Amino acid sequence: MVKLPLEGIRVVDITVIYAGPFATMNLADWGAEVIRVESIKHFQVLTRGGTAHPNQDIVSDPVRTGGIATYCGRDVSFRPWNRWTLFNAHARNKLGCTMDMTQPKGIEIFKRLIAMSDVFLESNAPHVKENLGLTYDVLKEINPKLIMLSMPGFGGSGPYKYYRALGVHQEGFIGHTALRGYPDSDPSTTSTVYHADEAAGATAALAVLMALHYRNRTGKGQHIDMAQAEATMPHLGEAIMDYTMNNRVQESMANRMPGAAPCGCYRCTGEDRWVNITVTSDEEWQGLRRAMGDPEWAKDEKFTDSLSRENNQDELDEHISKWTTNHNHYDLMHMLQKEGVPAGPIIFEDDAYTDPHLKERGFFQEVTQEECGTHIYPGYGFKISGVPNSIRRPPVRLGEHNEYVYKEVLGVSDEEYQQLEEEGHIGMDFLPEVR
Amino acid sequence: MEQALSDIKVLDLTHYIAGPYCTKLLADYGADVLKVERPDGGDWARRMGPFLGNEPHPDKSGLFLHLNTSKRGITLNLKAQDGKKIFRELVRDVDILVENFSPRVMPSLGLSYEELEKINPKLVMTSISNFGQSGPYRDFKASELIIYGMGGAMNETGMFDRYPLKKAGNVIQYQVGTMAAVSTMVALFASQAQSAGQHVDLSMFESQAGTIDRRMSHFITYQYNNETSYRPDPEIDPPGFPYGIYACQDGFFQLTGGFVFWDRICKMMDRPDLVDDPGFSTQEGQRDPENLERFSIIWYPWIAERTKLEIITAGQAAGVLCGPINDPGDLVNDPHWKARGFWEEIEHSVAGRLTYPGAPFKMDETPWRASRPAPRLGEHNNEVYGELGYSGEDLERLKEQGVI
Repeated sequence: MVKLPLEGIRVVDITVIYAGPFATMNLADWGAEVIRVESIKHFQVLTRGGTAHPNQDIVSDPVRTGGIATYCGRDVSFRPWNRWTLFNAHARNKLGCTMDMTQPKGIEIFKRLIAMSDVFLESNAPHVKENLGLTYDVLKEINPKLIMLSMPGFGGSGPYKYYRALGVHQEGFIGHTALRGYPDSDPSTTSTVYHADEAAGATAALAVLMALHYRNRTGKGQHIDMAQAEATMPHLGEAIMDYTMNNRVQESMANRMPGAAPCGCYRCTGEDRWVNITVTSDEEWQGLRRAMGDPEWAKDEKFTDSLSRENNQDELDEHISKWTTNHNHYDLMHMLQKEGVPAGPIIFEDDAYTDPHLKERGFFQEVTQEECGTHIYPGYGFKISGVPNSIRRPPVRLGEHNEYVYKEVLGVSDEEYQQLEEEGHIGMDFLPEVR
Repeated sequence: MEQALSDIKVLDLTHYIAGPYCTKLLADYGADVLKVERPDGGDWARRMGPFLGNEPHPDKSGLFLHLNTSKRGITLNLKAQDGKKIFRELVRDVDILVENFSPRVMPSLGLSYEELEKINPKLVMTSISNFGQSGPYRDFKASELIIYGMGGAMNETGMFDRYPLKKAGNVIQYQVGTMAAVSTMVALFASQAQSAGQHVDLSMFESQAGTIDRRMSHFITYQYNNETSYRPDPEIDPPGFPYGIYACQDGFFQLTGGFVFWDRICKMMDRPDLVDDPGFSTQEGQRDPENLERFSIIWYPWIAERTKLEIITAGQAAGVLCGPINDPGDLVNDPHWKARGFWEEIEHSVAGRLTYPGAPFKMDETPWRASRPAPRLGEHNNEVYGELGYSGEDLERLKEQGVI
């Protein structure tokens, strides 16, 4: 069997919710031994559910979707924290153990694990690691080759150092919220889908890989201070540069972009189905006309060149919508791409699972998790020619690898293991009193 | 100070946004990145705004300047025989090649991975494309909007009763560029472990389909429960309160409250008397519209008479997840990022001294550094081709032939 590129790298992961776990997923996917360290005495809201012991009636309520995530089968009767879709999205290929770091013994065990690891990632606000005494200064004494990445929202210095923020709040700070949304509405209509989590998660994985590369060359570990917001800011580079160069404050353009017309999403047949079209040249405009059967309105001077199309875009959009509304969103992609016009459907989950391209490329993969059963999961975002990319382990359950981590990695005796169970370090269930 | 990738050489055949952001990330952390542009106009991003002083000019595009820091630049016509020959010489000597042509281009130039691997058996070649190097959509055209619509969670972005929305600007392509840098580093590890070259096939579509936050979770929700996602109607599916974006005295702010954080909200408003009110502090209570009404009577007057700074300061002191809605000007002037030294002043011989976004992360031992401004078209031709042994005369000839 081919050795995976990150095999032999042990990563200790106490990150929460989306961004940090997405970083460690990208390390676990390519062979790193990522060990999630959790606690059965402390429930991190959102990471493994809304609450530790959710109310079955509320979860079952058909009106309520669960918002950003829900439970497998909407069934919370047994270990709901292992059935939470948000967590199960990123938890593949990882190992999991539990320890209670509010007890001195938990900290001691954690430090033993750090001593035997290569990388440590954490995404809490900085006071958490400070209160626990788990700063880099302390940990590098235990493991001088350690690479530690801290990724709080605002970084490890500056006036907002201790501010708490999810991706959503960071986006408000850095201008993304103001730069998106409906131009004719106030920002309160801005969607609940965010960018900072994926941006920071991917960037954190990159930072760790760079630090590992440097360590391979020199033997030196280091600390990485990543403000999730700073990792996301370069993604808004042109809006930032427009301000620093020209003092211009950009606003949302919704689905449009400079130099393209038409550029938008248009309603299709079916419920809430849409096609996106982006025309950036006269050639593509001619292609669109052909696809539409060259209607009379399209011959109007108002639409002859890109400037006139951009100036009459609202009217243009109305005409195009009248055409698309009679067609299926996938059919429109094929009709338009055949004529050289950039177009694609807005893909819902059901579309994706039947999409012939994703199918041929083998994007989705079957995975069996003990408590949720067998399902088809989204796979890897890229392929590497010499490396297999099949999911090796299902989404990790709380405390699933306690035996391995304690006995094999840390060398804990059976007796000590039992004692640690009694002391509330080791377990597979959140304690009943945990909210 | 040494940088993380000081020992890495990258040949950069990318243009536009995703590819250049990938190689910028590598270059700013120390890789020696050589950007290869076509002689007739170069990277298309040079023609995209915003332009300094609103004056279209190939060296005054803010987009291009931002995306190409720390790289050297040469021009080379890959369609010319001499151009191909020179390209092969360049490939021999690098660790990494990144390209984002449509999948037919490199093979049609005789520069497929299989060909290049023969020249450089440990080569990592990262190919970024709309839909990947295979599959029925391989040759389809795309855009920021189309990739997000197909790969990302656009179906659930926006209001339930309006059209779906993309995110701002070109953030999806930046995200793909970041993932391309991740994939390149992983492939570099693979190449070293196996002593064999690696070809990365990064499809923008799949990179989005395999991303956090919503897309992967909701694929799994669909599998688990046969439920598809949608743009939520806040009336039908209230997220609890307070929650979301609100207008205050001088603008907008947002916060995440709900019953889970109710005690913190009370602390923020200095209303300890409300902490144990079951209409506010329990999930069941927050689902009763009468309690929302009771809450609104307390909440709206409180926020209306305060500025976003006052609210955020009080909220953060109480541990509430919250923040202002800033525009790019607010961002650049925000004292926090200034205190952290995020902004970078970079001098460019044509565009002058400008402020750029700086390090996406700070490495203790191996810092981020914009070691040079974005290259002018062909700026390093003499230097690079000189290193390859081409004389001034050769270069004149190649220039006349349109090779460089």
